[in-house]
Amino acid sequence: MAEPVVYTAFFILSAITLLAALGVVLSRNLLHSALLLVLSFFSVAGLYILLEAEFLAAIQVLIYVGAISVLYLFALMVTRRVTGEGIRQHNAQVGPALLVTLLLFAGILAPVALCANWHNSSLPPPPDAIPMLGEGFMTHYVLPFELMGVILLVALVGAIILARET
Amino acid sequence: MIIPLSWYLVVGAALFCIGFFGALTRRNAVAILMALELMLNAVNINLVAFSRYVTPHLLTGQFFAIFVVGIAAAEAALGLAIIIAIYRVRETANADEINLMKW
Repeated sequence: MAEPVVYTAFFILSAITLLAALGVVLSRNLLHSALLLVLSFFSVAGLYILLEAEFLAAIQVLIYVGAISVLYLFALMVTRRVTGEGIRQHNAQVGPALLVTLLLFAGILAPVALCANWHNSSLPPPPDAIPMLGEGFMTHYVLPFELMGVILLVALVGAIILARET
Repeated sequence: MIIPLSWYLVVGAALFCIGFFGALTRRNAVAILMALELMLNAVNINLVAFSRYVTPHLLTGQFFAIFVVGIAAAEAALGLAIIIAIYRVRETANADEINLMKW
């Protein structure tokens, strides 16, 4: 791809991700937060495509946008009060939380990200990434894969039991 | 590899910090879980960026990221089920007001 296209795509996708995330945590309307979360998930999928992880981008859209976001919207619909939305959405720790967050970003994460010497490899990514992923799940990573199935089963049964009508 | 690795890491760090702020300051329990999802997405961006730039032939970061997505789905389902169950009894979803066990 031409260089300006890659730079433009990266900046647009990063800007959408971060601005939508800011909207999620700062919005007074919870449904706006949920929909901005969906926008953030879509732009993260775009970042995955820039990083040449196409299967993960498809998984991100299918699972995060398709299932988890719908789950959040259902939960928001069920747990809303019928009267009045004039409740404050942020608790009393906004000041200290902002301080700790800025310290975390500017003091630890950003310096490490920008100043460390990452040993970049010049190898190209494999052209058959998806078959490699499938083989890896069945050979090298089979134990976490099977455990993931058990975890999802436990979550499914647990969620039904917790949220059913008593 | 036109874009340096550190730029992707900074985006992941910023997204993580935004989610961190949201998890600390929001009152509604569902909003806290949404900020938690932002943090998990940031971790996934980091994993995939490292996989692409440091060991692109192993795809290790993508495997890890797929497991993180699965765990996030299970945790969202269970967390929201708990919040719905609490809402049925206490008529509130604000984390401040669910304080029976607070000393």
